[in-house]
Amino acid sequence: MARAQRRKLTSYPGFGVITIFFFGFLYLPIMVLIAFSFNSSVSISVWETFSFKWYAEAIGNTDLQKAVVNTLLVAVVATIGAVLIALPAAVVLTGQGVSKRAASTATGLMSLPLVVPEIVIAIATLVFFTSVGIDLGLGNVMIAHTVFCVPFALLPIVARLRSLDHRLSEAAYDLYASRPRAFRLITLPLLAPGVVSGAMLAFIVSFDNFIITLMVAGAGGTTLPLYIYGLVKTQITPELNAVSTGVLLLSLVLLTCAYVLTGGRIAGSTGAKD
Amino acid sequence: MTTTTRAQRIRRRTILGLTPAVTMMGAFMVIPLILVVVMSFMTRGQYGGIVWEFSTDAYQRLIYVTRLDGSLAYNLSFLAILSRSLVLAGLTTLICLLIAFPTAFYVARQSQRTKSILLLLIMFPFWSNLLVRTTSWIIILRDFGFVNQFLMWVGITSEPITLLFTNGAILVGLVYVYIPFMILPIYTSVERLDNGLLEASFDLFATRFQTVRHVIGPLTMPGIIAGSILVFVPSLGAFITPDLLGGGKKLMLGSLIHLQFTTARNWPYGASLSVLLLAAVLIAMFILARRAIRARG
Repeated sequence: MARAQRRKLTSYPGFGVITIFFFGFLYLPIMVLIAFSFNSSVSISVWETFSFKWYAEAIGNTDLQKAVVNTLLVAVVATIGAVLIALPAAVVLTGQGVSKRAASTATGLMSLPLVVPEIVIAIATLVFFTSVGIDLGLGNVMIAHTVFCVPFALLPIVARLRSLDHRLSEAAYDLYASRPRAFRLITLPLLAPGVVSGAMLAFIVSFDNFIITLMVAGAGGTTLPLYIYGLVKTQITPELNAVSTGVLLLSLVLLTCAYVLTGGRIAGSTGAKD
Repeated sequence: MTTTTRAQRIRRRTILGLTPAVTMMGAFMVIPLILVVVMSFMTRGQYGGIVWEFSTDAYQRLIYVTRLDGSLAYNLSFLAILSRSLVLAGLTTLICLLIAFPTAFYVARQSQRTKSILLLLIMFPFWSNLLVRTTSWIIILRDFGFVNQFLMWVGITSEPITLLFTNGAILVGLVYVYIPFMILPIYTSVERLDNGLLEASFDLFATRFQTVRHVIGPLTMPGIIAGSILVFVPSLGAFITPDLLGGGKKLMLGSLIHLQFTTARNWPYGASLSVLLLAAVLIAMFILARRAIRARG
C-alpha cells in the first residue's frame, strides 16, 4: 500500500509520453539533417544511396576553408581572451575580503551578455565600432566575441572554485608556502578542469555565434555561421547538411568534455543565449 | 603581519583581479549600450548613420509615421510587428511550459544515472549551433519536405500545404530553440521538491490535481517564472528564427531592429526599438529578482 501510494505520488499519467514526445521533437530534426548529409543524391528529402560525396565536396570548397580558418582564428583568440578575463575575476570573487559592492558590480557586468538580447549587443557593438572608428577587420569580431564569451568562461571556473577545499591552500600556508606559490602549486592544478571546461564553452559560443558576427564582420570576415547562413538563404544542398553535421559534432565533443570535467555542474549555469 | 597590510593586500588583489573584467565589459559592452540609448535621441542622417542633434523622432516613430503629405498616421506596421512579437513570444512561453513541466518532473524522478544522461541530452541542443538547428526545420517544413510528404502519403492532402514562412513555422522554431531554457530552471526546482510534502498532501486525501495545484505548483513557481522569463525575453528579440522560418517577411522585433541597421538605414529608430527591448528585459529581470528575494525571505 505504502509503495503503491509512493508510486502514485511521483508518477502522473501522460508525463512519460510527453517526455518521449519532447526528446523526439528535440532530436528528430537534427537526425534528419544528419541522415541526408550521407545521401548521394542532390535531394535533401528523397533518399538514394549512402555516400560521403558531400563531405568530400565540402572539404574541397575553398570559400568554406577560408570561413573555417576565420572562425577558428576568432574562436581561439576569444577563448584565450575570455579565460584571461574570467580567471582572475573568478579567483577574487570566490575569495575572502572582496567587498559586496565590488563583487556584485563585477558579476553584474560580466553577466550582461547573458541578459541583454543578442541583437541589441550586436547593433550596440556595431554602433560603437563605427562611432569610435575602430576598424581592425577580423580584430573587431575578436573583441566582440571575447567580451560576449566572458560569462560562459566564468561560470564553470566559479563553480569549480566554490567546490574546492579551502583547507588545502591553508595547509600550504602552514607549510610556509607564499601565497603565489600556494596558488600555483595547489589551487591552479585543482582548478584546471574548471578552466578547461570554461574555455570549451567559450569556444563553442564563439564558434557558433552568428548575430554579433553578422553585424560586426566586414568584407572578408566571413565565418562559418555566416557562410552557412548564405547557403541557407540561397539554396539548401546536401553539402550544407554535411557542414552542419561537422559543426554539430564539434559542439557535441566539446560539450561532453566540459560536462565530464565539471561532473555535470554546468547544467544549472545556463543563461539567455540567443 | 598587521591588519592594515593584510587589508591593503586584499584590496590590491581585488583591483588586480577585477580590473581586466571591469575594463573590457565597461568599454565594449556598457559604453556601446549607453551609446545606443544616446543615439535613440538623435536625428537620422540623410544616408544612414546619424546627425548629433537631439530629437525624439525615433520614439515618435514607435507610434506615428509621417505620411508623404506631412500628416501623421498611426504606425500600423510597427504595431503589427510588436503584436506579432508579443503573441508569438507569449505562445512560445506557454507551449514550452506545457511540454517542459511534465518533462522536467519526469526526468527529476529518474535514477541518478539516467538523470545525468537525459540532462546532457537536454543541454546538447542548447550548446549547439542555432543556425543549424533552425535550418533543419526548413528541410522538414518545405513544400516537399517531410511533413508534406507524410501528409500526402497518408492521403490527407494531395498537394503540399504551405508550412514554411508562416507564423506557425516561426512558433515551432521558437519553441524548438528555447525549450531547454524552460526545462532547466523547472528541473532544478522540481528536484528540490520534498517528497514528504507530497505524501502529507495525499495523507490528507488530496487528489492528484489538488496536489499539483496547492503543493507542487506553488513550490515550483520560482522555476516556472525563471523559465518563462528566460524563454519570453529571447523569443521577443529573436532574429534567426523569424528570418529563416518566417522568410524575412513576417518580421519580429529582433528582425525589425536588424533591418534599421542594414537596408532601412534608420539608426535612431533601430536604437529606440533596442531601448524598448532592453526595457522589457529590465522589467522581466526586476520581476524575477523580486520573486527570488521573496522566495528566500
